[in-house]
Amino acid sequence: MELQLGLPLFYFLLLGFAILMYVLLDGFDLGIGILYPWFNSEAEHDHLMRSVSHVWDGNETWLVFGGVILFGAFPAAYASIASLLYLPIMLMLIGLIFRGVAFEYRFKSQRSKIWWNRAFAIGSSSAAFCQGLMLGVLVQGVDSNSLQTSSLQWLTPFSLFTGLAVMAGYALLGCTYLTMKSRGALQQKAARYGQRLLLFVMLAMLLVSLWTLYSQAPIRSRWFGGSYSVLLMLLPLTAVIAARLLFRDLGRVQRQFAAATDINSRHESRPFWLAATLFLLAFAGLVVGLYPYLLPRQLSFYAAAAPDSSLAFMLPGIVIFLPLILAYTLWGYHIFRGKVEDYEEGY
Amino acid sequence: MELDAALLSRLQFAFTVSFHIIFPSITIGLATLIAIWEGLWLKTQNPLYLQLAKFWIKPFAITFGMGVVSGIVLSYEFGTNFSEFSRLTGAVIGPLMAYEVLTAFFLEAGFLGIMLFGWQRVGPKLHFFATVVVAIGTWISAFWIIAANSWMHTPAGHIVVDGVFQVESWWQVIFNPSMPYRFSHMLLAAFITATFVVLATSAWQLRHSEHKAMARKGLSMTLWLALVLTPLQAFVGDLHGLNVKQHQPVKLAAMEGIWPERESGAPLLLFAIPDRQAEKNHFEIGIPKLASLILTHDADGELMGLKAVPADERPNVAVVFFSFRLMVGIGLLMILVAVAGAYLRWRGTLYHSRGFLTLCSYLAPSGILAVLAGWYVVEVGRQPWLVQGLVRTIDVVSPLPPERVLLSLTLFVITYSLLFAVYLYFMHKLIKKGPPSLEQLQQQRIGVKAAGYAVALAKQLKPAQE
Repeated sequence: MELQLGLPLFYFLLLGFAILMYVLLDGFDLGIGILYPWFNSEAEHDHLMRSVSHVWDGNETWLVFGGVILFGAFPAAYASIASLLYLPIMLMLIGLIFRGVAFEYRFKSQRSKIWWNRAFAIGSSSAAFCQGLMLGVLVQGVDSNSLQTSSLQWLTPFSLFTGLAVMAGYALLGCTYLTMKSRGALQQKAARYGQRLLLFVMLAMLLVSLWTLYSQAPIRSRWFGGSYSVLLMLLPLTAVIAARLLFRDLGRVQRQFAAATDINSRHESRPFWLAATLFLLAFAGLVVGLYPYLLPRQLSFYAAAAPDSSLAFMLPGIVIFLPLILAYTLWGYHIFRGKVEDYEEGY
Repeated sequence: MELDAALLSRLQFAFTVSFHIIFPSITIGLATLIAIWEGLWLKTQNPLYLQLAKFWIKPFAITFGMGVVSGIVLSYEFGTNFSEFSRLTGAVIGPLMAYEVLTAFFLEAGFLGIMLFGWQRVGPKLHFFATVVVAIGTWISAFWIIAANSWMHTPAGHIVVDGVFQVESWWQVIFNPSMPYRFSHMLLAAFITATFVVLATSAWQLRHSEHKAMARKGLSMTLWLALVLTPLQAFVGDLHGLNVKQHQPVKLAAMEGIWPERESGAPLLLFAIPDRQAEKNHFEIGIPKLASLILTHDADGELMGLKAVPADERPNVAVVFFSFRLMVGIGLLMILVAVAGAYLRWRGTLYHSRGFLTLCSYLAPSGILAVLAGWYVVEVGRQPWLVQGLVRTIDVVSPLPPERVLLSLTLFVITYSLLFAVYLYFMHKLIKKGPPSLEQLQQQRIGVKAAGYAVALAKQLKPAQE
């Protein structure tokens, strides 16, 4: 049993890691796109775009990685999830296309700039919304007969709400990233929006959690049915503490600016990591409820797993290349460290 | 008309993959050329090489961006539109694509940021390194995706358990019988595509722009490359054709327009109109016995024809037949241009031959057209199979409501048409704008005019003041 589950479990965790990396990394650059309409001047827009133009491509690669891990390690799940969520996936892809090319064309355009601004904002927002929608579907579950893909089960008030919640969450990540990468008025704006978004995100997390516990008996019994319940309570508790610290840091950045003192660089960068922690905790909470299913209560990861010959084949690639990828990705971020103004250079 | 989800899904995949393949075909070769120029600049300090690299990096960036966004679509389309195919073959195809992401996509994305935006942030050697890594990343990517694609043409190394494919030998899966030929053919095609894009642009610049020295350098280099690569491609293509004859004789019969079960002394058809209903060609114009001679090295050699298999196992002959002629025709034209260029160079009139330069400048899309035509030969020629002889396309399409596929297909057609127009507009704009001038480059090198220079200087000065 142990051995048989070993490889599929490894890939289940790897899939979780890929999704988490994607949500954190593309989360902040999609978030920048969502925030875009709330910044008005061309200078601000330039700054927003510049802050992520060198990383969006790598960030989006985690989405492809998640997709191919699902494809290679859990083909049955990839097949049914992808065709079930046909329309949200297609709309997400088209959103990603528009916001992706906006990076390339906006800096080379004059008259059409406004259209690339729109493409970036609408594309980012719709991609984030679709991702939230899909999250909602996975949380609420689907009927077993709904794999007949003509159903529109993915369209419910709950999934629409999670769509909005994910948009807000990404926007929050974007705000904290901007707080780290900018100065002056722009930074202040980001910190201010960040505080408001944080309140909404916490409220949304609370509502989604309560709704899930209320409507999904298996998830309720998982959270409250065992001796480990006390340990699980650490998740929401830590989230509240992280949110409290995050709110305070964003407030400090504003107060220090108002008092015309030097802004403590720790208070500038810590919000991003706190926001990332919130995402991590929310994700952990999600996994607690869903484990071991890829498609809730229908397809578990071990039922969907590819044969060992395939799982074993990918293993050396992952063990060797994933640390390398993380290393050079980190190096890339290091090269473009500091505020956006300091590495202002086109190609 | 009754909507057919299967047909719509196939149309959508064909459309999105055709659109995508345009961009990697250019970037694989262009990344390599930029890396070569940057390397030559570091070695010789000749600023013309830097000018070439800096000029082409912008078209490269927008082409790469288009490739990225249109490629993400494909990685999900297997599951959305061909769910049963994904379930059956996921254990074979999926891991190959996982390796593509692990060894190529992350690599390209990770170093692209430095290649495009890092001129001032890293030293010239490290920048060169980043460019080389991006170029190598594009080759690795091609390797894995061609391995997966080739397996669908000449499957090997697998077993079928309960109708689902499993792998017995990964070596045989990756290096399946057609893989080495397809990979060499595709990689050469990509190099040639980029070569002709640069060749055409240089020829145009030589006549219409002020950067004549750079244009001359670009033209000269790409003509030498074309002289080597295009005949080599003809040779590799011939080997690939022999491989098709051995493993996919029906596809070869469609390429050559051969109908009888067996035909000895088959002519090489220059033109014909294949008729699937009548199972014969109309208006044949051919060179007697040449097809047999090329493919069997014997003028009376025997070739298998389309009628050797039932009608429902034959591809759309006309598409394969004409696409093949278009690809070969373009290839021959390219060889001709390369040879003519060499002759003019020997005569010493290369840079002044207006007619030749004009001809060259019209050849910018020639490589792309040849790649697309070749792609249709390969993919349409395999139909009705998705995995040759094992999985029929029609059996593995997602059971989607047709209206939904029609909606997504419509969205893709609108989006991609718009983007393609925009892409051409910006390519045109960038090429017209031309490279940074030599003086500008010189100042950038010293750092005086470099953006970000003042900030870097201020940073250096700060500790000194304290």
